[in-house]
Amino acid sequence: MTPFTYTRAHDPASAVAAVAGRPDAVFLAGGSNLVDHLKLGVATPGEVVDVTGLALTGIEDGSDGGLRIGAGVRNSDPAADARVRERYPVLARALLAGASPQIRHQASTAGNLLQRTRCVYFQDTTTPCNKREPGSGCSAIGGYERYAAILGASPACVATHPSDLAVALRVLDASVVVLGPDGERRLPFGELHRLPGDDPSRDTTLAHGELVTAVELPAPPPGARSTYVKVRDRASYAFALVSVAALLVPSDAGDPRDAAQVRLAFGGVAHVPWRATRAEEALTGVRLTDEAIDAAVELELEAATTSEGTAYKRAMLRGTVRAALRELSTGERTLR
Amino acid sequence: MSEPTGPTLLDPVQMGRPVGRLDGRRKVLGVAPYAVEHEAEGAAQAAMVASTVPRGRVRSIDATAARALPGVLAVLDHTNAPRVADGEDREFAPLQDDTVWFRRQPVALVVAESSEVAREAAALVAVEYDEEPAEVGLRPDSPRLYTPEKLSDGSESDTSAGDVEAALAAATHVVDETYATPYEHNNPMEPHATIATWHGEDAGLGDGPVLTLVDSTQGVHAVRSSLAPVLGIEPERLEVVAPYVGGGFGSKGAPHVNVVLAALAAKALAPRPVRLTVTRQQMFALVGYRTATIQHFRLGADADGRLTAISHDVLEQSAAIKEFVEQTGSPTRSMYAAPNRRTTHRVARLDVAIPFWMRAPGEMPGMFAHEVAMDELAHRCGLDPIELRVRNEPDVDPETGHPFGRRRLLECLRRGAERFGWEEGPRAPLSRREGDWLVGTGVASSTYPANAMPGNEATVTFEHGCYAVGIGAADIGTGSWTSLTQVTADALGVGLEQIRLGIGDTRYPSASVAGGSSGLSSWGIAITAAARAFREQHGDRPSEGASATAGMPDNPDLQEYALNSYGAHFAKVRVHADTGQIRVPRMLGVFSVGRAVNPTTLRSQFLGGMVMGLSAALFEESVRDPRFGHVVTQDLASYHVAANADVADLDAIWLDDDVETHLNPMGSRGAGEIGIVGSPAAIVNAVFDATGVRVRDLPVTADKLLAGLLPQRERDHVLGDASA
Repeated sequence: MTPFTYTRAHDPASAVAAVAGRPDAVFLAGGSNLVDHLKLGVATPGEVVDVTGLALTGIEDGSDGGLRIGAGVRNSDPAADARVRERYPVLARALLAGASPQIRHQASTAGNLLQRTRCVYFQDTTTPCNKREPGSGCSAIGGYERYAAILGASPACVATHPSDLAVALRVLDASVVVLGPDGERRLPFGELHRLPGDDPSRDTTLAHGELVTAVELPAPPPGARSTYVKVRDRASYAFALVSVAALLVPSDAGDPRDAAQVRLAFGGVAHVPWRATRAEEALTGVRLTDEAIDAAVELELEAATTSEGTAYKRAMLRGTVRAALRELSTGERTLR
Repeated sequence: MSEPTGPTLLDPVQMGRPVGRLDGRRKVLGVAPYAVEHEAEGAAQAAMVASTVPRGRVRSIDATAARALPGVLAVLDHTNAPRVADGEDREFAPLQDDTVWFRRQPVALVVAESSEVAREAAALVAVEYDEEPAEVGLRPDSPRLYTPEKLSDGSESDTSAGDVEAALAAATHVVDETYATPYEHNNPMEPHATIATWHGEDAGLGDGPVLTLVDSTQGVHAVRSSLAPVLGIEPERLEVVAPYVGGGFGSKGAPHVNVVLAALAAKALAPRPVRLTVTRQQMFALVGYRTATIQHFRLGADADGRLTAISHDVLEQSAAIKEFVEQTGSPTRSMYAAPNRRTTHRVARLDVAIPFWMRAPGEMPGMFAHEVAMDELAHRCGLDPIELRVRNEPDVDPETGHPFGRRRLLECLRRGAERFGWEEGPRAPLSRREGDWLVGTGVASSTYPANAMPGNEATVTFEHGCYAVGIGAADIGTGSWTSLTQVTADALGVGLEQIRLGIGDTRYPSASVAGGSSGLSSWGIAITAAARAFREQHGDRPSEGASATAGMPDNPDLQEYALNSYGAHFAKVRVHADTGQIRVPRMLGVFSVGRAVNPTTLRSQFLGGMVMGLSAALFEESVRDPRFGHVVTQDLASYHVAANADVADLDAIWLDDDVETHLNPMGSRGAGEIGIVGSPAAIVNAVFDATGVRVRDLPVTADKLLAGLLPQRERDHVLGDASA
């Protein structure tokens, strides 16, 4: 472990100033990702600014019927919050699908969103990785690709974003409150993460020193149902092979398979939590039969590139979306 | 059958009782020290530098930056490390020359004041290599394949009886399939770790230990006998201490390179102790793993399902630096009756890390292939898979012609079928659905040899009204502290409170390793012999200080009988029809292992083995990247073992009137591995029953099933739309 200085921030502005003023400074929240990286040599900061003492730990009702979740709120808290469970089941379920109880108690909301890929080559400093060491190459391409991206990837990087929470926030049309040296700004959640392009070293659009202080959720559409379905090898403590956050507003007509609105986001398939807008359009106002769902997912996947290691994700994604939408239209939850 | 001449059985008084772990309180309080937790005043910390090429030579090592770091005490490499006395076993000859045999091989060692400084300095050591072409993947056409002289259990590589090819050609039903098992890593909770202290030749009064190793090992005497010649020390002057060990699963059954490195560093820094902990990532390269196998299995049967031919051809992998040959085909030789049989093993020594024992080496991968092949045969014959096994039950050991001590496989199968609610008759795959889940059940047989290892000795001394009993055995978490105390109490005819057991230290007499399901058997034989010698010499009212020592009496039964444990595994699985996700709501194991010395710890061994079998069936796979040569899934987040949520209704029972009369005075056989043998096959067979998809390469994962799962409409058709 490379030596670094450790400081404890007492207010958000000074935390921002401390990190913004030093190129090799980083924020430390729950530490469940950063501490691993310190031990592995993946992160070698000169200064670590601890933000766990900041008062960013509340879950508050918004004026518009929404909810504001502080950046420092531990993952286990919103998962257990009655308002979250009632209004945003997709969010509670995504949180509970992530990590282990111990890690959920430790990890923060912002840290979850800003966690880095679990690509095995990114975490192994003896193998090339453009995200860790720009220009060194991508070892995942042609290597262990089981968790690699099939949408929005680039020749420089096929890493996936590991967060479950982020996939849920993507269908909830959340926004992120960010504090920077020049003050506060809000950005739509979909603008937080970025595709790798030719610079995979950057996961997000945040500038160095910008601190996420909260996540804001608008009120869910009236009558909306939502859920999160995660497919993984073992029943807990595993990253998604694929996952689906789904939100459905039933139509006023009699058949529950007719939806007035469908929102879908995919995890485990891209460098970002992937909002499946083409599939959503194809399913709006359509009876949600298996055939219609499969066709809509395939439409979304027209832009996908798969390899031998990721080819399975097409069928798995179709099946997972079927399971998620069937659950929402029938009200019967068969997958946990 | 000859008259029994085997051991005189002990009267079970303490044995058979579910005595709670005697070391439980110490462990819960955190005062039972594991290797690195032992006091070692002023200990320095070591960290390894690993090679980044799979094969070649070290051209140069620049440790300038590392040495400049405050707190660094030494950087050892092949140019300056202490020499070993005997480097014939290359695993035990690190830093002796510039050869790189596999990626992640240690090429330097940093010793520093703290582990943080040592690791930081290790990262600063700059190594340049002359890389050579390497072969790191197991391929059926590998030019490196050869016929090994022996398998790791000492048996022949190839066996043959009758004419397999002719029998297969004439058979009514044939199974001819290839099965594969992946690299797996043992991953005990406690990483391999050592504190080494080099006292030197002049220590004590000339006969004290030259070197003390506080180690995490399955056998202190195995470490001593392996490393004393390597280090040029008289065996009795190499002291090894391991009172508590946090699991091993075979990987601690012999020392690995890390222990030698700790000793060399201690010699360089003598008399300062040196602490070396293998990191979780390094465990994926340095402390053994289960070899990958490719197994061609052929079965021929007549119209009634009676086997006419059994053929098992194994391709597997070993390491260029050191040979280890998994006995994958061994269990096939004695499992079922058939007039025509053959087994072969071909091994490729690749430029990779050294494979070694992992729980039921050989039996686990071999019986996976055999028991899935039997399920395939049952399907082809239209027979209940249990009935197929009934029809192929041998009268004597097919391999040796020896009588079985007591083979109760069919009782295990029948008892299990009754308890599990097994539906008799041929399987009809894809016939049950619960909502979106396809449901199936599977069965498989299990076996494991009843081993007793030679070379055990125990001593009994009467002290302060108690019996101090010493043997250099090990408790690797299995409960040996407790079960051996029970054996000792019955051997002496006293209560548990009168026994003071001493294990886990070379100051006690020689003992074999806690491995091969042989520990309790082997140690118990010596303890009973010592107790009987003690009573013969000192009677029931010994005087203070009375003592007796004894080894293992001859047991001619071991040459006259085929002694094995048997078991039957049953599994229920659910496969999600849309996503392919697999869940195992129920597992049942029924075992015949002789007498239960301690039912509580025995059951734990069964359950642990079965969970590991579940884990092997569905999750465990070390992914070796052929471009680099090392395992890239090198932590417990990317190398999946079963989590709590994966284990549901898990049940293990045993035939409780079982007494083994040929092996040891306790009437027991071993139980450490049989739980993992056959359980993966039961799950794979259940997956086939649920889905109609036969997966022949472990682990069975959702993606492998998805391609074979029928679309909804066709499924409804097969199911007659009954449960749609």
